[in-house]
Amino acid sequence: MQASAVEIQKVNKYYGPFHALKDVDLSIPPGRVTCLIGPSGSGKSTLLRCMNFLEEYDSGEIRIDGKLIGYDAPGRRMAGRALREMRRSIGMVFQQFNLWPHMTARENVAEGLIRVRGLPKADASARAAEALAKVGLADKMENHPARLSGGQQQRVAIARAIAMEPRLMLFDEPTSALDPELVGEVLSVMKTLASEGMTMVVVTHEMGFAAHVADRVAFMERGELVAADTPDRILHQPQDPRIQSFLRTYHERNSF
Amino acid sequence: MFSIPAFLESLVPLFWAARYTLLISVGGIALGLVIGTLICAARLSRSRFLRNFGALWVSFLRGVPLLVQLLVFYYSLPLIGLDVPAMVAAIVTVGICASAYISEIWRGAINALPPGQAEAAVAIGMTPRDVWGRVILPQAVTMSLPALINELILLVKASSLVSVVGILEITRASQAQAATTFRPLEVYLAAACIYLLINLCLAALGRWLEYRTAV
Ligand SMILES: Nc1ncnc2c1ncn2[C@@H]1O[C@H](COP(=O)(O)OP(=O)(O)OP(=O)(O)O)[C@@H](O)[C@H]1O
Ligand SMILES: [Mg+2]
Repeated sequence: MQASAVEIQKVNKYYGPFHALKDVDLSIPPGRVTCLIGPSGSGKSTLLRCMNFLEEYDSGEIRIDGKLIGYDAPGRRMAGRALREMRRSIGMVFQQFNLWPHMTARENVAEGLIRVRGLPKADASARAAEALAKVGLADKMENHPARLSGGQQQRVAIARAIAMEPRLMLFDEPTSALDPELVGEVLSVMKTLASEGMTMVVVTHEMGFAAHVADRVAFMERGELVAADTPDRILHQPQDPRIQSFLRTYHERNSF
Repeated sequence: MFSIPAFLESLVPLFWAARYTLLISVGGIALGLVIGTLICAARLSRSRFLRNFGALWVSFLRGVPLLVQLLVFYYSLPLIGLDVPAMVAAIVTVGICASAYISEIWRGAINALPPGQAEAAVAIGMTPRDVWGRVILPQAVTMSLPALINELILLVKASSLVSVVGILEITRASQAQAATTFRPLEVYLAAACIYLLINLCLAALGRWLEYRTAV
């Protein structure tokens, strides 16, 4: 039994009086794909964003490869430099891509290599080209984001993250902002990553992806982590009535 | 009768006076950029004191007419023992006044950026300095250019107010000219043409800058 890539224990998060994460426990196994599903507003993004401390959690622990993120000790904030050090090995892909519009695809990918990893410009540029070729965008490298389709932009964003050689990749609804015909190209890049043994945590509404690619599926509702298990046991033989009702709504919405 | 020779003759001294108009506007915007950037930083800072100070600065300077500010400033300097040339007083006042508007232009542009822009940089492990220098500011500057050029054009026109402290810029020069030639219409029309020429040039400069920085 390998140690977890991410170990989440008793995490609580408040937005003012609103209790957004309630005693969440979850372990993310290394080299596997974990999908996070649940109704809108259940706290999936919040939990994901706590994993790289884009969002502060108020109590509990989140350990990345055994190391506590965001705090040196409970209640004592980590120094900025140490936090940045940890974030270097955690890639994140956002629903809205968040590419930098004033840079070309290649510059978007090279930027982190230059500024964060300290690579010389020429090396960074060569690595950026490799990462873009990997996501099938070798011929779009010099385009600015405005000149790319949504699917292409999201693939650039994935290239930007993987070029940093992260040990963990976080995806927050990576295909939700895409036209249906562009979803496939992004999912296929993610499948390739998964097959190479990348540790991935994916917040998604794509139940097909969760069923076929995930090794584990975690279900959240109202800030609680209800269950985490194999895709089959969550999606096909759910025990908890809350999961059953969520899936019923999902099937109703997706049948016509 | 409108006299074309009188019109043409008054162009020459007014062109000469345009130096001062330009000096005050360009000096004012330069100083305004420096102070405005600091005020904007104060308003976005974590310190409550700095934020309040910035807000007060902006609301005071936007709420009092430039002409009144200029007079207050000009007559209060000797009181504190400072004997500065009228030109310096004018540039400083115009710059301070512009800083209020410029800090709001910056702040608007920075707030208009989607938060995801900075988040993507933070998530990758960039330092705050790089997040600002590489991601936020380059975009904010591009977004602000039209408003900044607009502000510069407003300053060129507002600089006519400094005639009250005795600087011979375009407006004051044309008043003097009109008084000696008894040809007010020709003189003021010449002044109008020079203002227009300056501002058309600035607008063209603005379009060129926008074109260059467009992605
Ligand atoms: N910055 C914030 N301030 C206040 N409340 C917030 C903030 N961010 C999120 N919330 C609240 O926390 C709850 C969880 O939000 P979160 O974005 O994590 O949900 P989600 O499961 O990702 O939903 P979705 O599927 O719609 O993306 C929501 O009720 C939301 O209104
Ligand atoms: Mg979400």
